[in-house]
Amino acid sequence: MNLRRLWAIVIKELRQLRRDRVTAAMIVGIPTIQLLMFGFAINLDVRGLKAAIADQAHTSASRAVVQDMLATGVIVQKESAQTPDDLMQALKRGRISVGIVIPPDFERRLAENREAVQVLVDGSDISVQNAARQLAQMPLNGQNSLRPAQISVVSFYNPERRSAVNVVPGLVGVILTMTMILFTAVAIVRERERGNLELLITTPVSRTELMVGKVLPYIVIGLVQTTIVLLLGVLVFQVPTRGHWIDVYGATMLLIMANLSLGLLISTRAQSQFQAMQMSFFLLLPSILLSGFMFPFAGMPKTAQWIAEVLPLTHFMRLNRGIMLRGASLMDMWQEALILLVFTIVMMSLAIMRFSKRLD
Amino acid sequence: MGDNAIVARGMTRRFGDLVAVNNVDLTVPKACVYGFLGPNGSGKSTTIRMLCGLLTPTSGNIEVLGLRIPEQAEQLKRNIGYMTQRFSLFEDLTVRENLEFLAAIQGVPRIEQKKRIETLLQEYHLADRDKQMAGTLSGGQKQRLALAGAVIHKPELLLLDEPTSAVDPESRRDFWEKLFDLADAGTTILVSTHYMDEAERCHRLAILDSGILVADGEPVKMAAALAGRTFKVETSQPRKAQAALLKEASVVSVAQIGNELRVLVAEGDSVPGHLNQVLRAAGLEAKLEAATPNLEDVFVAATHRSHLEHA
Repeated sequence: MNLRRLWAIVIKELRQLRRDRVTAAMIVGIPTIQLLMFGFAINLDVRGLKAAIADQAHTSASRAVVQDMLATGVIVQKESAQTPDDLMQALKRGRISVGIVIPPDFERRLAENREAVQVLVDGSDISVQNAARQLAQMPLNGQNSLRPAQISVVSFYNPERRSAVNVVPGLVGVILTMTMILFTAVAIVRERERGNLELLITTPVSRTELMVGKVLPYIVIGLVQTTIVLLLGVLVFQVPTRGHWIDVYGATMLLIMANLSLGLLISTRAQSQFQAMQMSFFLLLPSILLSGFMFPFAGMPKTAQWIAEVLPLTHFMRLNRGIMLRGASLMDMWQEALILLVFTIVMMSLAIMRFSKRLD
Repeated sequence: MGDNAIVARGMTRRFGDLVAVNNVDLTVPKACVYGFLGPNGSGKSTTIRMLCGLLTPTSGNIEVLGLRIPEQAEQLKRNIGYMTQRFSLFEDLTVRENLEFLAAIQGVPRIEQKKRIETLLQEYHLADRDKQMAGTLSGGQKQRLALAGAVIHKPELLLLDEPTSAVDPESRRDFWEKLFDLADAGTTILVSTHYMDEAERCHRLAILDSGILVADGEPVKMAAALAGRTFKVETSQPRKAQAALLKEASVVSVAQIGNELRVLVAEGDSVPGHLNQVLRAAGLEAKLEAATPNLEDVFVAATHRSHLEHA
């Protein structure tokens, strides 16, 4: 490998990229827009949820609890209800998002330290679910006589209560999968279509120099995108990062390289840029659906799980949630990291092997 | 090998059922401008691609600059410059950036790079456009840039695949001047074309037709070999005269040029008395006289023969 030739390719790619204004704008635009869009789902500070309260106890204590809940501003009483059934109907029809049931034996349950208040939640909306859970966690009256355990939350329509903060660590991966594969997928095909490739392959440039030279600039771009998503996540949506930043970037780097080499492999196969794009989207959809970003991995059928194991995003999802949310380090989850590394090496080798400096 | 840059024997390339290049023998001397003349689809590009190792020949032996092709193609790539039919530099890089890229890729020594690029920009009249995007250059400028890029590492052999197909006559003439400068400095140049005037300028020429090399040699000698076989016919009814002449088996071709007809006859025919008879029999007043054979006649004679042999 000749470093001067490698560098020449990197510089060329960066210059071309800088002049391609649309692509350059996309590098910043995609992560920003995506994050802001998903931001509605991760906004924990939901206020003014439509609610109905069925106070069946009618005691001063129960009225105090209701007043406390309304005072938080998280819920606004929209309807009056008598029974849990009324609440269920209103919930089903979408007239309210939260229903609160205070059973007739409220005082006795309180005294016996049993669940005394039931919050019914429209779980089909994640932000509502989170807001309601937040509601349930707070001490409800001044005397602190009602401990969190005494309010039970029943979530409907979404059996797995996913934390909204899960979205950002995963979203980093989705955005990188979306952009990185596409960038390199068109990288070689574009030069073939424009006629540059026939010239390049009659020069002493080696296959490895060409492939690595095309990947390197995009690693930097991937890290820029990662930074945008993480910064917005932390500054705008207060997503916690419990693990170390270095580990987050390490994991991201692994995903970037895996995606870039996958894109490069597509590029050696595709006959046109359009084909390359179709192949990228063919990979993108299962990545988003099966990686655990949208649906819990554990609930998927075995076949889907097997497919998911082959996708880099699945492994990144586990890694990054581990690092950002559970405070794990890259070393704690070395198996996942190793899989991404092996994936990169295999894809890159295949791409280099498949790329021929001949036209036949 | 010795004085030859390219020696190919029995070079053949098939694409499925199509034989694109059929058993071509080729010898290109060093420091020579060697032309490939042939219509589109005659196998010119395929031959050039095989010579630089881009395509693997189906059969045959190729030796270029003393290297066995395709086995030693990677070594060869350090010593050749290649210009494709289509502009193949980067349209979204500037003139200078393109040359910088090629200098690095071709391994022009770093200390010489700047000077070399300045020299090329001057020589190829691109100095005032060095910051312009290559994609916005005119046809002639693009072609000069492509040639400058192809010679940046001073290759021993230049392979040019229809380099002038997209430029005006003025630019074509300039371009050919450059080629002779390069050949003078010792570069071997293989250039394909479908223009007769360009083919005429070559030191040596090979005529390709449907993948077969039908004639080769020095253009002047090739034309001279046709002496006595070409005629001019002046007549008031050229279309009718053409029809009458074409019925004769000995007439290879009749082309109308203005109000004249240019006639090429087969070898060893008893002309011009015979042709005069034909014209008179058709009731035409015509003046027949011998003409100096040119390259077009060579081309027609060569491709005609190959078609007869095929039939």
